[in-house]
Amino acid sequence: MLSLLSLPGPLASIFSLNGHSRYLHVGWFLISVANLTVILLMIVVFVLALVLPFPNRETPQELLPSREKPQ
Amino acid sequence: MTVAGFPRNPDPSAEWTGAKRPYDLIKEATVALVAVTLLTVLLAALFSSPDDKPVTVSSWAAAAPKDFLTTALSELDGTSGIASYGPPYTKVPGAGQNIIGHLSIERLLGVQIPINPAEAFVLGPLSIPAQTSLPLRAALRDYRRAGAARQQVWTTAFGKALARAQFQNGRLVRPFGPGSYGPVPILIENLFAMARSGALDGALISTSRFYQTNFTKALLFLSDGGYLKERAAQQHLLGSQWGMMNETGNYPGQAWLWLYTFWYQVPPFATSTNADAQIWAIMAILSVALVCVPFIPGVRSLPRHLRIYRLIWRDYYRMAERAPPAVAPVVPQQE
Amino acid sequence: MSAPEKASTWTGRVRRAAVDAFPPERLLPETQPVYVASWVYVFGVLSLAAFAVIIASGCVLALAGPAWWHGSSIGHFVNSLHLWSTELFFFFMVVHLWAKFFMAAWRGRRALTWMTGAVVFLISIGAAFTGYLSQQNLDSQWIAGQAKDGLNASGIGSFFNVLNYGQMLMWHIVLLPLAVAVLVGLHILLVRRVGVCPPLPAREETP
Repeated sequence: MLSLLSLPGPLASIFSLNGHSRYLHVGWFLISVANLTVILLMIVVFVLALVLPFPNRETPQELLPSREKPQ
Repeated sequence: MTVAGFPRNPDPSAEWTGAKRPYDLIKEATVALVAVTLLTVLLAALFSSPDDKPVTVSSWAAAAPKDFLTTALSELDGTSGIASYGPPYTKVPGAGQNIIGHLSIERLLGVQIPINPAEAFVLGPLSIPAQTSLPLRAALRDYRRAGAARQQVWTTAFGKALARAQFQNGRLVRPFGPGSYGPVPILIENLFAMARSGALDGALISTSRFYQTNFTKALLFLSDGGYLKERAAQQHLLGSQWGMMNETGNYPGQAWLWLYTFWYQVPPFATSTNADAQIWAIMAILSVALVCVPFIPGVRSLPRHLRIYRLIWRDYYRMAERAPPAVAPVVPQQE
Repeated sequence: MSAPEKASTWTGRVRRAAVDAFPPERLLPETQPVYVASWVYVFGVLSLAAFAVIIASGCVLALAGPAWWHGSSIGHFVNSLHLWSTELFFFFMVVHLWAKFFMAAWRGRRALTWMTGAVVFLISIGAAFTGYLSQQNLDSQWIAGQAKDGLNASGIGSFFNVLNYGQMLMWHIVLLPLAVAVLVGLHILLVRRVGVCPPLPAREETP
């Protein structure tokens, strides 16, 4: 087990993100393609979360009556 | 029975007594945990993580010998970045950034992590090989005994010689040309040998204690040179490159630091000598503002005006429109 | 028949206060208000899940010490888990913050819920920062050298020395995760106590 833990060398990744880095440079604005991708993905995910229909939308008659008593 | 299941204008401070839907909290948390774990494993397997090798003093001296020696000389003669930094490292009158006007917390606190650059980075480490080298021991003694003015003459002259210097087989090529260098060449040549061998890396970390975990001296020395900065620039890590957000290679970095690094790119902070202090103050204020959003007029009413909530709760509003009308309670007839 | 209540002990008082504030059905409910029906509501639990993966991967990294991952394939993979779970944590947490802002979720005695969440966000930034310092690579060196200037300018650098590896590592693996965990726990208890914020009115009332 101990020898397994100390296997040398990095585990080869399927896509290497090392090497020449890509940047978007517009005037004074400079951002890595990686960071831009993450930020755009966040916006896309947020918008999808807003617009995608949520499952199990019960009609009012099917909803459970309130069981929890107010304090 | 009154039906108040879908109030159009629910009181947010009151306990919800309207309609409810089934909810499995533990199941939701379990699904989230499994999903996030799988996503993490997938990302780790696809992309791994960056691990650019750190710079050592040894690799610095080998890769950029002139930069290393120029830096070492500047530490010796008190012209280095750290020597003129001021608090918390060195006592330099007037040094330290101002937040506003002449208010400087840095200056108020004074020197808390004292560093004597000449001793810490040059003379102190050289005392180790000096134990077995008479010429080096004599050079150290002569340098320490000389007055500040004489030391300055030697280091200034040797600085000019260093600018023209050549290297061969990992050594400085003598002679250095005419000039009054005193013992400085011996000091610098020995420091260079120490650096190339790796001994200087060890010397900069060691103290009188056995166990070490503090790399202050080593990192300050590396930061004063140009080699670490050059390696960082290649990876877009400089402040002027929005570096705070960036990671080496094509890895995503710290995108959440976008606002902090933004200020360094725009005037007046881009050229201000007090940029760090000023931007820290701005970010402290904005951080407090973020925490206090519920109390800031204007900001706290933005959600109502932006109306994105109408998308979030559209199902509820639709159900509220379709809900059966409220039925008045049946009051039993009094006999 | 139970014996009459004796004079209250500290234990009894704490238990009664806890059960009063968090009756079991409030702490672990099986229903939720009907308006909690949007995908934006999942980002809180996703942030929590990511935090759990961060802690778990961090614990594995701690098993063999901070230098393990530089020379071990498995160690490097665990480090990658730790990095990507951190990226996911911030991803989900920021989307969660956006959602809560657009819902004005601080309404109705929920200001403290917002505030604890915002403080968690800020402390998490510190936790991530000390994590980068703990990596023992080029990134760590550069970040330390740069961050020292900002911290020194604010006075914090005198006491929070980013060049002191031992100090930064201990902040990263002890103090900051503890602070995040305590505040996240408080944040969740607050949500359970006052409930999920109800919708804003569908239409603004016109006078």
